[in-house]
Amino acid sequence: MSRVELINVSKNYGPLRVLNDVSLTIETGEVIAIIGRSGSGKSTLLRCLNGLEPIQSGTIMIDGVKVNDPDTDLRKLRQNVGIVFQSFNLFPHLSVSDNITLAPRLVLKQSPDQARKIAADVLARVGLADKIDAMPQQLSGGQQQRVAIARSLAMNPQLMLFDEVTSALDPELTGEVLRVLEGVAREGMTMILVTHEMGFARHFATRIVFMHEGKVWEQGPVAETLSHPQTAELKSFLDAVLN
Amino acid sequence: MIREFGTGDIVYLVFAARWTLALTALAFAGGAIVGLTLAVLRISPLAPLRFLASLYIQIVQGTPLLVWLFLFYFGLSIAGLPVNAWTAAALAYSIYGGAFLGEIWRGALIAVAPTQWEAGASLGLTYVQQMRHIIIPQAVRIATPPTIGFLVQLIKNTSLAATIGFVELTREGQLTSASTYKPFAVYITVACIYFLICFPLTQWSRRLEERFNVAR
Ligand SMILES: Nc1ncnc2c1ncn2[C@@H]1O[C@H](COP(=O)(O)OP(=O)(O)OP(=O)(O)O)[C@@H](O)[C@H]1O
Ligand SMILES: [Mg+2]
Repeated sequence: MSRVELINVSKNYGPLRVLNDVSLTIETGEVIAIIGRSGSGKSTLLRCLNGLEPIQSGTIMIDGVKVNDPDTDLRKLRQNVGIVFQSFNLFPHLSVSDNITLAPRLVLKQSPDQARKIAADVLARVGLADKIDAMPQQLSGGQQQRVAIARSLAMNPQLMLFDEVTSALDPELTGEVLRVLEGVAREGMTMILVTHEMGFARHFATRIVFMHEGKVWEQGPVAETLSHPQTAELKSFLDAVLN
Repeated sequence: MIREFGTGDIVYLVFAARWTLALTALAFAGGAIVGLTLAVLRISPLAPLRFLASLYIQIVQGTPLLVWLFLFYFGLSIAGLPVNAWTAAALAYSIYGGAFLGEIWRGALIAVAPTQWEAGASLGLTYVQQMRHIIIPQAVRIATPPTIGFLVQLIKNTSLAATIGFVELTREGQLTSASTYKPFAVYITVACIYFLICFPLTQWSRRLEERFNVAR
């Protein structure tokens, strides 16, 4: 059973078709880098994967569970699918510790002590053990994003989605976040990253998925796909980003 | 019999102010319960609930508070349900306050970024958990200054309860004025007492607002 399976998925916003007959299979442990122009549907694809957005046709399966099925318990699904957003989306009124432990306590019914231990654990993994009692506003953007990753990790998901998690950061802060992502990838997490960081994609992704006009336009192993793009669209995209 | 307006009268007026405060507290508590319910319904995912809440708010905001006071005080007793002035006032002010607080609080709830809902949902929280642990705590900060502003309005509007026989600050002023024949001195005193209650609240609200704007 594949970790993620999209079969002929289409998604519209009103009259606008944003995903157009997308099929994609992802195995456990893969690290997928999704690239493509602005508006090509990358974020929408991620949001459909954890059921934040409904789709109009096709099938999305995660670990054999159909996402776009009214009988599926999306909350249960989301416990296994972490998502980290470009804008961090930490809860500003809660401390780092409470940001991380909120869902484990409410959803996984962990005791406060147990949840805090796990929070300390995941914070150590993102290199912020000393910030457990800080408030989000006291942290730099890079640190906030690492807390957001830690918050996601605390749920112990089987699949993690990252939507341009370094795009809102100053260049000198992207490195620390990318290093955290590397660590997560090394631990064997199945990851889908929408990213503009071609260097990162080259080193840590197992596969490149190039989206264009709502379709998976081209995909393949990283090195090969980046050095020998098959389509004119990917070629011109790569020329533009690598200038 | 006309007597002097002296310190004794001032003490009486100050004492009457506690009924103003008691009525304000009651009105605010009732209004808060109604208002919170309305605010939550107004942003509910279910359209019929949103519609009902909005209808309620339209109706109440489009009718005078005085009419609600009369309706409950005189209307109910004629309908065979005699209520005392406290009950009538409590009902009328809760209905009236609820509509205004409901609007203020709805505004605060929708001022919390939609991405906060998404972050909660993505972690597997239920709608109620997202509301309770993520949205409402943030909305409270946004809503505090306008809520205090409404409270100040409410304090002044409790004077309307005098019309159904409720002796609070304004009514006590009327009575004192009638017996001393010193309306100017009496009402200046009454105004000063209202001001002394409201001014600190207005200042507090202003400070919170400034702090909130800085924090953004
Ligand atoms: N909530 C929405 N309502 C209507 N249209 C939307 C909505 N969200 C996205 N779109 C449209 O869907 C298309 C795909 O958007 P999406 O955010 O998935 O693109 P993207 O590839 O992530 O782009 P970017 O690189 O700029 O983040 C765009 O044309 C966008 O304008
Ligand atoms: Mg995007």
